[in-house]
Amino acid sequence: MLSFIGRRSNLALAGIGRFGLFLSDTARAVPDARTWGRVLAVQMRRIGVDSLPISLFIAAFTGIVLALLATYTFTGAVPLYLVGTLVGKTLMMELGPVLTALALTGRVGATMAAELGTMRVTEQVDAMETLAYSPHAYLVVPRVLAGTLMFPVIGGFAMAMGLLTGWLAAVTLLPLSSAEFLRGLRMFYQPFDWQYGLIKLSSFGLFITLIGCYLGLATRGGAEGVGIATTRSVVYSAAMILVLDAYWAIVLLRPA
Amino acid sequence: MIEFQDLHKAFGPKKVLQGFSLTVNDGETMVIIGYSGTGKSVAIKHVVGLLDPDAGQVVVDGEVVSALTHDALMTLRSRIGFVFQFAALFDSMTIHDNVAFGLRRRRDLGEGEIRDRVAHALELVDLPGTEERMPGELSGGMRKRVGLARAIAIQPKYMLYDEPTTGLDPVTSAVIDRLMVRTREALGVTSIVITHDMRSAYTIGDRIAMLYDGRVRQVGTVDEIRRSTDPMVRGFVEGDPSAKESGDTAPLSAAEALEVEGAAG
Repeated sequence: MLSFIGRRSNLALAGIGRFGLFLSDTARAVPDARTWGRVLAVQMRRIGVDSLPISLFIAAFTGIVLALLATYTFTGAVPLYLVGTLVGKTLMMELGPVLTALALTGRVGATMAAELGTMRVTEQVDAMETLAYSPHAYLVVPRVLAGTLMFPVIGGFAMAMGLLTGWLAAVTLLPLSSAEFLRGLRMFYQPFDWQYGLIKLSSFGLFITLIGCYLGLATRGGAEGVGIATTRSVVYSAAMILVLDAYWAIVLLRPA
Repeated sequence: MIEFQDLHKAFGPKKVLQGFSLTVNDGETMVIIGYSGTGKSVAIKHVVGLLDPDAGQVVVDGEVVSALTHDALMTLRSRIGFVFQFAALFDSMTIHDNVAFGLRRRRDLGEGEIRDRVAHALELVDLPGTEERMPGELSGGMRKRVGLARAIAIQPKYMLYDEPTTGLDPVTSAVIDRLMVRTREALGVTSIVITHDMRSAYTIGDRIAMLYDGRVRQVGTVDEIRRSTDPMVRGFVEGDPSAKESGDTAPLSAAEALEVEGAAG
Protein backbone atom coordinates (compact mmCIF):
# COMPACT_ATOMS: atom_id res chain seq x y z
CA MET A 1 0.00 0.00 0.00
CA LEU A 2 2.77 2.40 1.01
CA SER A 3 4.76 1.58 -2.12
CA PHE A 4 1.65 2.20 -4.23
CA ILE A 5 1.16 5.61 -2.61
CA GLY A 6 4.85 6.32 -3.09
CA ARG A 7 4.73 5.41 -6.78
CA ARG A 8 1.60 7.51 -7.36
CA SER A 9 3.18 10.46 -5.52
CA ASN A 10 6.33 10.17 -7.61
CA LEU A 11 4.28 10.12 -10.81
CA ALA A 12 2.25 13.13 -9.66
CA LEU A 13 5.39 15.07 -8.76
CA ALA A 14 6.99 14.17 -12.09
CA GLY A 15 3.83 15.37 -13.86
CA ILE A 16 3.90 18.67 -11.99
CA GLY A 17 7.58 19.04 -12.87
CA ARG A 18 6.90 18.44 -16.57
CA PHE A 19 4.02 20.92 -16.53
CA GLY A 20 6.34 23.45 -14.82
CA LEU A 21 8.92 22.95 -17.59
CA PHE A 22 6.18 23.36 -20.19
CA LEU A 23 5.10 26.65 -18.57
CA SER A 24 8.70 27.83 -18.45
CA ASP A 25 9.25 27.02 -22.17
CA THR A 26 5.98 28.75 -23.04
CA ALA A 27 6.91 31.87 -21.06
CA ARG A 28 10.30 31.92 -22.81
CA ALA A 29 8.56 31.80 -26.19
CA VAL A 30 6.34 34.84 -25.51
CA PRO A 31 8.93 37.42 -26.69
CA ASP A 32 9.11 35.62 -30.08
CA ALA A 33 6.16 37.67 -31.37
CA ARG A 34 7.38 37.34 -34.97
CA THR A 35 6.54 33.64 -34.84
CA TRP A 36 3.26 33.60 -32.90
CA GLY A 37 2.02 36.92 -34.26
CA ARG A 38 1.33 35.50 -37.71
CA VAL A 39 -0.94 32.73 -36.41
CA LEU A 40 -2.65 34.56 -33.55
CA ALA A 41 -5.50 35.91 -35.69
CA VAL A 42 -6.23 32.42 -37.06
CA GLN A 43 -6.44 31.00 -33.55
CA MET A 44 -8.62 33.87 -32.35
CA ARG A 45 -11.03 33.15 -35.17
CA ARG A 46 -11.03 29.40 -34.51
CA ILE A 47 -11.50 29.80 -30.75
CA GLY A 48 -13.72 32.86 -30.86
CA VAL A 49 -15.87 33.12 -33.96
CA ASP A 50 -16.17 29.37 -34.56
CA SER A 51 -17.16 28.70 -30.93
CA LEU A 52 -19.82 31.38 -30.80
CA PRO A 53 -22.80 29.34 -32.12
CA ILE A 54 -22.54 26.57 -29.50
CA SER A 55 -22.04 29.10 -26.70
CA LEU A 56 -25.04 31.19 -27.77
CA PHE A 57 -27.16 28.05 -28.13
CA ILE A 58 -26.39 26.96 -24.56
CA ALA A 59 -26.88 30.46 -23.14
CA ALA A 60 -30.22 30.89 -24.91
CA PHE A 61 -31.76 27.88 -23.22
CA THR A 62 -30.10 28.64 -19.90
CA GLY A 63 -31.76 32.08 -19.87
CA ILE A 64 -35.21 30.58 -20.47
CA VAL A 65 -34.79 27.89 -17.82
CA LEU A 66 -33.48 30.37 -15.26
CA ALA A 67 -36.44 32.70 -15.68
CA LEU A 68 -38.91 29.83 -15.32
CA LEU A 69 -37.04 28.27 -12.40
CA ALA A 70 -36.89 31.59 -10.56
CA THR A 71 -40.61 32.16 -11.04
CA TYR A 72 -41.38 28.64 -9.84
CA THR A 73 -39.23 29.22 -6.72
CA PHE A 74 -40.48 32.73 -5.93
CA THR A 75 -44.20 32.23 -6.46
CA GLY A 76 -46.19 33.57 -3.55
CA ALA A 77 -43.21 34.38 -1.36
CA VAL A 78 -40.94 36.82 -3.20
CA PRO A 79 -41.89 39.67 -5.58
CA LEU A 80 -41.71 38.36 -9.15
CA TYR A 81 -39.64 41.28 -10.47
CA LEU A 82 -36.70 39.66 -8.62
CA VAL A 83 -36.69 37.11 -11.46
CA GLY A 84 -34.72 39.75 -13.38
CA THR A 85 -32.24 40.00 -10.53
CA LEU A 86 -31.70 36.28 -10.34
CA VAL A 87 -31.40 35.82 -14.09
CA GLY A 88 -28.94 38.71 -14.38
CA LYS A 89 -26.71 37.84 -11.45
CA THR A 90 -26.66 34.12 -12.22
CA LEU A 91 -25.93 34.53 -15.89
CA MET A 92 -23.26 37.20 -15.53
CA MET A 93 -21.48 35.81 -12.50
CA GLU A 94 -21.88 32.04 -12.63
CA LEU A 95 -23.76 30.11 -15.27
CA GLY A 96 -22.73 32.23 -18.24
CA PRO A 97 -18.99 31.82 -17.60
CA VAL A 98 -19.07 28.26 -16.26
CA LEU A 99 -21.40 26.75 -18.84
CA THR A 100 -19.58 28.52 -21.68
CA ALA A 101 -16.25 27.23 -20.41
CA LEU A 102 -17.52 23.68 -19.90
CA ALA A 103 -18.92 23.65 -23.43
CA LEU A 104 -15.62 24.91 -24.79
CA THR A 105 -13.49 22.29 -23.03
CA GLY A 106 -14.65 19.94 -25.77
CA ARG A 107 -14.78 22.49 -28.57
CA VAL A 108 -11.42 24.09 -27.80
CA GLY A 109 -9.38 22.11 -25.25
CA ALA A 110 -10.00 18.64 -26.69
CA THR A 111 -9.47 19.90 -30.23
CA MET A 112 -6.10 21.35 -29.27
CA ALA A 113 -5.02 18.17 -27.48
CA ALA A 114 -6.04 16.06 -30.49
CA GLU A 115 -4.46 18.39 -33.04
CA LEU A 116 -1.14 18.84 -31.23
CA GLY A 117 -1.12 15.18 -30.18
CA THR A 118 -1.49 14.08 -33.79
CA MET A 119 1.26 16.50 -34.79
CA ARG A 120 3.47 15.02 -32.08
CA VAL A 121 2.99 11.36 -33.01
CA THR A 122 3.38 12.05 -36.75
CA GLU A 123 6.67 13.90 -36.07
CA GLN A 124 5.28 17.23 -37.31
CA VAL A 125 6.38 18.86 -34.04
CA ASP A 126 9.88 17.41 -34.49
CA ALA A 127 9.88 18.68 -38.08
CA MET A 128 8.98 22.14 -36.81
CA GLU A 129 11.90 22.05 -34.39
CA THR A 130 14.36 20.93 -37.06
CA LEU A 131 13.23 23.93 -39.14
CA ALA A 132 14.41 26.15 -36.26
CA TYR A 133 10.96 26.91 -34.86
CA SER A 134 10.04 26.69 -31.21
CA PRO A 135 6.79 24.65 -31.00
CA HIS A 136 5.94 26.71 -27.95
CA ALA A 137 6.19 29.93 -29.95
CA TYR A 138 4.34 28.62 -32.99
CA LEU A 139 1.78 26.28 -31.43
CA VAL A 140 1.29 27.06 -27.75
CA VAL A 141 1.58 30.83 -27.28
CA PRO A 142 -0.95 31.84 -29.99
CA ARG A 143 -3.48 29.28 -28.72
CA VAL A 144 -3.11 30.32 -25.08
CA LEU A 145 -3.27 34.02 -25.92
CA ALA A 146 -6.28 33.50 -28.17
CA GLY A 147 -8.05 31.49 -25.46
CA THR A 148 -7.33 34.05 -22.77
CA LEU A 149 -8.52 36.92 -24.97
CA MET A 150 -11.46 35.27 -26.71
CA PHE A 151 -13.15 33.39 -23.86
CA PRO A 152 -14.36 36.68 -22.28
CA VAL A 153 -15.65 37.80 -25.70
CA ILE A 154 -17.58 34.57 -26.27
CA GLY A 155 -18.78 34.59 -22.66
CA GLY A 156 -19.88 38.21 -22.97
CA PHE A 157 -22.05 37.36 -25.96
CA ALA A 158 -23.38 34.31 -24.12
CA MET A 159 -24.35 36.45 -21.11
CA ALA A 160 -26.15 38.89 -23.40
CA MET A 161 -27.97 36.04 -25.15
CA GLY A 162 -29.01 34.51 -21.81
CA LEU A 163 -30.34 37.84 -20.56
CA LEU A 164 -32.25 38.33 -23.80
CA THR A 165 -33.92 34.91 -23.71
CA GLY A 166 -34.55 35.24 -19.96
CA TRP A 167 -36.34 38.51 -20.62
CA LEU A 168 -38.25 37.00 -23.56
CA ALA A 169 -39.35 34.06 -21.41
CA ALA A 170 -40.40 36.42 -18.63
CA VAL A 171 -42.59 38.59 -20.85
CA THR A 172 -44.04 35.81 -23.00
CA LEU A 173 -44.34 32.79 -20.70
CA LEU A 174 -44.64 34.42 -17.27
CA PRO A 175 -46.92 36.98 -15.68
CA LEU A 176 -44.15 39.56 -15.74
CA SER A 177 -43.87 42.79 -17.71
CA SER A 178 -40.77 44.08 -19.40
CA ALA A 179 -40.55 46.95 -16.93
CA GLU A 180 -40.73 44.61 -13.94
CA PHE A 181 -38.03 42.32 -15.34
CA LEU A 182 -35.76 45.28 -16.03
CA ARG A 183 -36.47 46.73 -12.61
CA GLY A 184 -35.26 43.49 -11.02
CA LEU A 185 -32.28 43.35 -13.33
CA ARG A 186 -31.18 46.88 -12.36
CA MET A 187 -32.02 46.64 -8.68
CA PHE A 188 -28.85 44.90 -7.42
CA TYR A 189 -26.75 45.37 -10.53
CA GLN A 190 -23.13 46.45 -10.16
CA PRO A 191 -20.51 46.69 -12.93
CA PHE A 192 -18.47 44.25 -10.88
CA ASP A 193 -21.01 41.55 -11.79
CA TRP A 194 -19.97 41.28 -15.42
CA GLN A 195 -16.35 42.14 -14.66
CA TYR A 196 -16.26 39.19 -12.28
CA GLY A 197 -17.70 36.95 -15.01
CA LEU A 198 -15.17 38.13 -17.58
CA ILE A 199 -12.22 37.66 -15.20
CA LYS A 200 -13.35 34.09 -14.62
CA LEU A 201 -13.79 33.48 -18.34
CA SER A 202 -10.31 34.77 -19.08
CA SER A 203 -8.79 32.45 -16.48
CA PHE A 204 -10.83 29.52 -17.85
CA GLY A 205 -9.55 30.28 -21.35
CA LEU A 206 -5.97 30.44 -20.08
CA PHE A 207 -6.11 27.08 -18.32
CA ILE A 208 -8.20 25.18 -20.89
CA THR A 209 -5.74 26.09 -23.64
CA LEU A 210 -2.68 25.45 -21.47
CA ILE A 211 -4.00 22.01 -20.51
CA GLY A 212 -4.97 21.15 -24.11
CA CYS A 213 -1.58 22.23 -25.47
CA TYR A 214 0.40 20.54 -22.70
CA LEU A 215 -1.37 17.21 -23.07
CA GLY A 216 -1.18 17.43 -26.86
CA LEU A 217 2.57 18.02 -26.92
CA ALA A 218 3.13 15.33 -24.27
CA THR A 219 1.29 12.71 -26.36
CA ARG A 220 3.06 9.40 -26.92
CA GLY A 221 2.09 6.20 -28.67
CA GLY A 222 0.04 6.86 -31.78
CA ALA A 223 -3.73 6.98 -32.09
CA GLU A 224 -4.33 5.55 -28.63
CA GLY A 225 -2.10 8.23 -27.12
CA VAL A 226 -4.02 10.95 -28.97
CA GLY A 227 -7.29 9.52 -27.62
CA ILE A 228 -5.97 9.46 -24.08
CA ALA A 229 -4.67 13.04 -24.35
CA THR A 230 -8.01 14.24 -25.71
CA THR A 231 -10.04 12.59 -22.96
CA ARG A 232 -7.67 13.81 -20.27
CA SER A 233 -7.84 17.35 -21.56
CA VAL A 234 -11.64 17.38 -21.12
CA VAL A 235 -11.51 15.83 -17.64
CA TYR A 236 -8.66 18.02 -16.35
CA SER A 237 -10.12 21.17 -17.90
CA ALA A 238 -13.57 20.53 -16.41
CA ALA A 239 -12.02 19.93 -13.00
CA MET A 240 -9.89 23.06 -13.35
CA ILE A 241 -12.94 25.16 -14.25
CA LEU A 242 -14.66 24.12 -11.03
CA VAL A 243 -11.51 24.73 -8.98
CA LEU A 244 -11.03 28.18 -10.52
CA ASP A 245 -14.72 28.95 -10.04
CA ALA A 246 -14.37 28.30 -6.31
CA TYR A 247 -11.02 30.13 -6.21
CA TRP A 248 -12.43 33.34 -7.69
CA ALA A 249 -15.48 33.16 -5.42
CA ILE A 250 -13.25 32.88 -2.36
CA VAL A 251 -10.89 35.62 -3.52
CA LEU A 252 -13.38 38.14 -4.90
CA LEU A 253 -16.76 37.45 -3.27
CA ARG A 254 -15.84 36.73 0.34
CA PRO A 255 -17.15 39.55 2.58
CA ALA A 256 -14.37 41.74 3.90
CA MET B 1 32.04 17.61 -39.76
CA ILE B 2 29.71 15.69 -37.47
CA GLU B 3 31.20 13.65 -34.65
CA PHE B 4 29.32 11.26 -32.38
CA GLN B 5 31.56 10.83 -29.35
CA ASP B 6 30.86 7.90 -27.02
CA LEU B 7 27.11 8.58 -27.11
CA HIS B 8 24.89 6.89 -24.53
CA LYS B 9 21.11 7.11 -24.47
CA ALA B 10 18.51 5.10 -22.58
CA PHE B 11 14.73 5.30 -22.40
CA GLY B 12 13.81 4.06 -18.96
CA PRO B 13 15.52 0.69 -18.50
CA LYS B 14 16.17 0.30 -22.27
CA LYS B 15 19.74 1.16 -23.17
CA VAL B 16 19.61 2.18 -26.82
CA LEU B 17 23.00 3.75 -27.47
CA GLN B 18 25.95 2.44 -25.51
CA GLY B 19 29.08 4.20 -26.62
CA PHE B 20 28.17 5.11 -30.18
CA SER B 21 31.10 6.86 -31.87
CA LEU B 22 31.30 7.86 -35.51
CA THR B 23 32.81 10.69 -37.53
CA VAL B 24 31.14 11.99 -40.69
CA ASN B 25 33.54 14.02 -42.80
CA ASP B 26 32.58 17.12 -44.76
CA GLY B 27 31.14 16.33 -48.16
CA GLU B 28 30.63 12.62 -47.61
CA THR B 29 27.44 10.58 -47.42
CA MET B 30 27.48 8.26 -44.43
CA VAL B 31 24.89 5.50 -44.42
CA ILE B 32 23.95 3.99 -41.06
CA ILE B 33 22.44 0.52 -41.22
CA GLY B 34 21.21 -1.80 -38.50
CA TYR B 35 18.26 -3.80 -37.22
CA SER B 36 15.00 -2.03 -36.35
CA GLY B 37 15.02 -0.48 -32.91
CA THR B 38 18.80 -0.40 -32.52
CA GLY B 39 18.83 3.38 -32.15
CA LYS B 40 19.73 4.69 -35.60
CA SER B 41 17.01 7.37 -35.56
CA VAL B 42 17.81 8.11 -31.94
CA ALA B 43 21.42 8.80 -32.93
CA ILE B 44 20.63 11.34 -35.66
CA LYS B 45 18.01 13.10 -33.53
CA HIS B 46 20.92 14.07 -31.24
CA VAL B 47 22.50 15.97 -34.14
CA VAL B 48 19.65 18.51 -34.20
CA GLY B 49 19.11 18.52 -30.45
CA LEU B 50 15.75 16.73 -30.55
CA LEU B 51 17.22 14.42 -27.92
CA ASP B 52 19.87 15.06 -25.28
CA PRO B 53 22.46 12.36 -24.58
CA ASP B 54 22.73 10.68 -21.20
CA ALA B 55 26.50 10.64 -21.70
CA GLY B 56 28.89 11.51 -24.50
CA GLN B 57 28.26 14.22 -27.03
CA VAL B 58 27.59 15.13 -30.63
CA VAL B 59 29.87 17.77 -32.11
CA VAL B 60 28.87 19.65 -35.27
CA ASP B 61 31.43 22.03 -36.76
CA GLY B 62 33.23 22.09 -33.43
CA GLU B 63 30.10 22.89 -31.40
CA VAL B 64 28.79 20.50 -28.77
CA VAL B 65 25.08 20.30 -29.61
CA SER B 66 23.81 19.57 -26.10
CA ALA B 67 25.75 22.54 -24.70
CA LEU B 68 24.31 25.11 -27.11
CA THR B 69 22.07 27.93 -25.95
CA HIS B 70 18.54 28.05 -27.37
CA ASP B 71 19.48 30.68 -29.96
CA ALA B 72 22.67 28.86 -30.96
CA LEU B 73 20.73 25.62 -31.36
CA MET B 74 18.24 27.39 -33.64
CA THR B 75 21.14 28.72 -35.72
CA LEU B 76 22.63 25.21 -35.97
CA ARG B 77 19.25 23.77 -37.00
CA SER B 78 18.98 26.31 -39.79
CA ARG B 79 22.09 24.66 -41.31
CA ILE B 80 20.65 21.14 -41.14
CA GLY B 81 17.93 19.62 -43.30
CA PHE B 82 16.06 16.68 -41.79
CA VAL B 83 13.98 14.29 -43.89
CA PHE B 84 11.62 12.23 -41.77
CA GLN B 85 10.65 8.59 -42.29
CA PHE B 86 7.01 9.42 -42.98
CA ALA B 87 7.77 12.90 -44.36
CA ALA B 88 6.13 14.67 -41.35
CA LEU B 89 4.49 17.25 -43.60
CA PHE B 90 2.26 19.82 -41.89
CA ASP B 91 -1.09 18.42 -42.98
CA SER B 92 -3.02 21.66 -42.46
CA MET B 93 -0.78 23.55 -44.91
CA THR B 94 -0.42 23.51 -48.67
CA ILE B 95 2.71 22.08 -50.25
CA HIS B 96 3.93 25.63 -50.86
CA ASP B 97 3.51 26.56 -47.20
CA ASN B 98 5.22 23.34 -46.12
CA VAL B 99 8.28 24.02 -48.24
CA ALA B 100 8.27 27.73 -47.38
CA PHE B 101 7.95 27.08 -43.65
CA GLY B 102 11.67 27.01 -42.88
CA LEU B 103 12.35 29.95 -45.19
CA ARG B 104 9.88 32.18 -43.33
CA ARG B 105 12.19 32.14 -40.30
CA ARG B 106 14.64 34.22 -42.28
CA ARG B 107 14.27 37.98 -42.15
CA ASP B 108 16.24 38.59 -45.35
CA LEU B 109 13.81 36.79 -47.67
CA GLY B 110 10.76 38.47 -49.16
CA GLU B 111 7.66 36.57 -50.28
CA GLY B 112 8.76 36.73 -53.93
CA GLU B 113 12.12 35.16 -53.20
CA ILE B 114 10.48 32.54 -50.98
CA ARG B 115 8.10 31.66 -53.83
CA ASP B 116 11.04 31.27 -56.22
CA ARG B 117 12.98 29.09 -53.79
CA VAL B 118 9.93 26.89 -53.15
CA ALA B 119 9.41 26.44 -56.90
CA HIS B 120 13.11 25.61 -57.37
CA ALA B 121 13.09 23.07 -54.51
CA LEU B 122 9.98 21.40 -55.93
CA GLU B 123 11.61 21.24 -59.36
CA LEU B 124 14.66 19.55 -57.84
CA VAL B 125 12.42 16.77 -56.53
CA ASP B 126 10.46 16.55 -59.79
CA LEU B 127 7.24 17.98 -58.33
CA PRO B 128 6.82 21.33 -60.10
CA GLY B 129 3.37 22.88 -60.00
CA THR B 130 2.20 21.10 -56.85
CA GLU B 131 2.35 24.21 -54.68
CA GLU B 132 -1.38 24.54 -54.05
CA ARG B 133 -2.06 20.88 -53.30
CA MET B 134 -2.51 19.53 -49.77
CA PRO B 135 -0.29 16.74 -48.36
CA GLY B 136 -3.31 14.44 -48.07
CA GLU B 137 -3.72 14.53 -51.86
CA LEU B 138 -0.23 13.10 -52.47
CA SER B 139 1.07 9.52 -52.61
CA GLY B 140 3.63 8.28 -50.07
CA GLY B 141 6.50 8.72 -52.51
CA MET B 142 5.42 12.25 -53.42
CA ARG B 143 5.10 13.17 -49.76
CA LYS B 144 8.66 12.00 -49.15
CA ARG B 145 9.82 14.11 -52.06
CA VAL B 146 8.04 17.14 -50.62
CA GLY B 147 9.75 16.39 -47.29
CA LEU B 148 13.04 16.41 -49.16
CA ALA B 149 12.12 19.68 -50.91
CA ARG B 150 11.28 21.25 -47.54
CA ALA B 151 14.66 20.22 -46.18
CA ILE B 152 16.73 21.40 -49.17
CA ALA B 153 14.81 24.69 -49.54
CA ILE B 154 16.73 26.10 -46.58
CA GLN B 155 19.98 25.30 -48.45
CA PRO B 156 21.49 23.30 -45.61
CA LYS B 157 25.09 22.33 -45.09
CA TYR B 158 24.05 18.95 -43.68
CA MET B 159 21.24 16.58 -44.61
CA LEU B 160 19.89 13.90 -42.31
CA TYR B 161 17.65 11.25 -43.86
CA ASP B 162 15.65 8.97 -41.58
CA GLU B 163 14.74 5.88 -43.62
CA PRO B 164 13.85 7.84 -46.75
CA THR B 165 12.89 4.78 -48.82
CA THR B 166 11.08 2.68 -46.22
CA GLY B 167 7.63 1.61 -47.39
CA LEU B 168 8.18 2.63 -51.00
CA ASP B 169 8.10 0.42 -54.07
CA PRO B 170 11.51 -0.30 -55.72
CA VAL B 171 11.01 2.21 -58.52
CA THR B 172 10.01 5.04 -56.18
CA SER B 173 12.91 4.07 -53.89
CA ALA B 174 15.28 4.41 -56.84
CA VAL B 175 13.78 7.84 -57.57
CA ILE B 176 14.43 8.95 -53.99
CA ASP B 177 17.99 7.57 -54.17
CA ARG B 178 18.58 9.55 -57.35
CA LEU B 179 17.19 12.68 -55.69
CA MET B 180 19.52 12.24 -52.72
CA VAL B 181 22.50 11.95 -55.06
CA ARG B 182 21.27 14.95 -57.05
CA THR B 183 20.84 16.97 -53.83
CA ARG B 184 24.38 16.17 -52.81
CA GLU B 185 25.73 17.20 -56.20
CA ALA B 186 23.62 20.36 -56.40
CA LEU B 187 24.18 21.59 -52.86
CA GLY B 188 27.44 19.87 -51.90
CA VAL B 189 25.96 18.74 -48.62
CA THR B 190 27.28 16.31 -46.04
CA SER B 191 24.67 13.62 -45.44
CA ILE B 192 23.76 10.93 -42.96
CA VAL B 193 21.26 8.38 -44.25
CA ILE B 194 19.50 5.85 -42.04
CA THR B 195 18.29 2.89 -44.06
CA HIS B 196 17.61 -0.84 -44.09
CA ASP B 197 17.70 -0.89 -47.86
CA MET B 198 21.13 -2.23 -48.86
CA ARG B 199 20.63 -1.49 -52.53
CA SER B 200 19.99 2.14 -51.60
CA ALA B 201 22.97 2.13 -49.20
CA TYR B 202 25.32 0.90 -51.93
CA THR B 203 23.97 3.47 -54.40
CA ILE B 204 24.21 6.62 -52.29
CA GLY B 205 26.80 5.90 -49.61
CA ASP B 206 30.47 6.85 -49.55
CA ARG B 207 30.85 4.94 -46.30
CA ILE B 208 28.54 2.64 -44.39
CA ALA B 209 28.40 2.12 -40.63
CA MET B 210 26.53 -0.74 -39.02
CA LEU B 211 24.97 0.01 -35.65
CA TYR B 212 24.57 -3.00 -33.41
CA ASP B 213 24.04 -3.32 -29.69
CA GLY B 214 24.20 0.44 -29.21
CA ARG B 215 27.55 1.02 -30.88
CA VAL B 216 29.20 0.87 -34.29
CA ARG B 217 29.91 -2.72 -35.26
CA GLN B 218 31.84 -1.86 -38.42
CA VAL B 219 32.38 1.23 -40.54
CA GLY B 220 33.93 1.24 -43.97
CA THR B 221 33.57 2.05 -47.62
CA VAL B 222 30.86 0.39 -49.66
CA ASP B 223 33.37 -2.21 -50.91
CA GLU B 224 34.66 -2.90 -47.42
CA ILE B 225 31.15 -3.51 -46.14
CA ARG B 226 30.31 -5.67 -49.15
CA ARG B 227 33.39 -7.81 -48.43
CA SER B 228 33.02 -7.74 -44.65
CA THR B 229 34.05 -10.91 -42.84
CA ASP B 230 32.13 -9.95 -39.69
CA PRO B 231 29.30 -12.52 -39.56
CA MET B 232 26.88 -9.99 -38.09
CA VAL B 233 27.54 -7.46 -40.85
CA ARG B 234 27.47 -10.14 -43.55
CA GLY B 235 24.26 -11.55 -42.16
CA PHE B 236 22.60 -8.13 -42.18
CA VAL B 237 23.67 -7.07 -45.66
CA GLU B 238 22.75 -10.47 -47.08
CA GLY B 239 19.46 -10.62 -45.17
CA ASP B 240 20.38 -13.83 -43.35
CA PRO B 241 18.12 -14.33 -40.27
CA SER B 242 20.56 -16.73 -38.62
CA ALA B 243 23.10 -13.94 -38.16
CA LYS B 244 20.67 -12.03 -35.96
CA GLU B 245 19.85 -15.13 -33.94
CA SER B 246 23.51 -15.96 -33.34
CA GLY B 247 24.50 -12.46 -32.20
CA ASP B 248 26.31 -12.07 -28.88
CA THR B 249 23.66 -9.74 -27.58
CA ALA B 250 20.28 -9.78 -29.22
CA PRO B 251 18.94 -6.48 -30.51
CA LEU B 252 15.59 -5.29 -29.21
CA SER B 253 12.52 -7.39 -29.84
CA ALA B 254 9.83 -6.02 -32.12
CA ALA B 255 7.76 -4.84 -29.16
CA GLU B 256 10.79 -3.26 -27.51
CA ALA B 257 11.77 -1.64 -30.79
CA LEU B 258 8.34 -0.05 -31.06
CA GLU B 259 8.70 1.22 -27.52
CA VAL B 260 12.05 2.80 -28.31
CA GLU B 261 10.75 4.34 -31.52
CA GLY B 262 7.83 5.77 -29.56
CA ALA B 263 10.05 7.22 -26.88
CA ALA B 264 12.39 8.66 -29.47
CA GLY B 265 9.59 10.08 -31.55
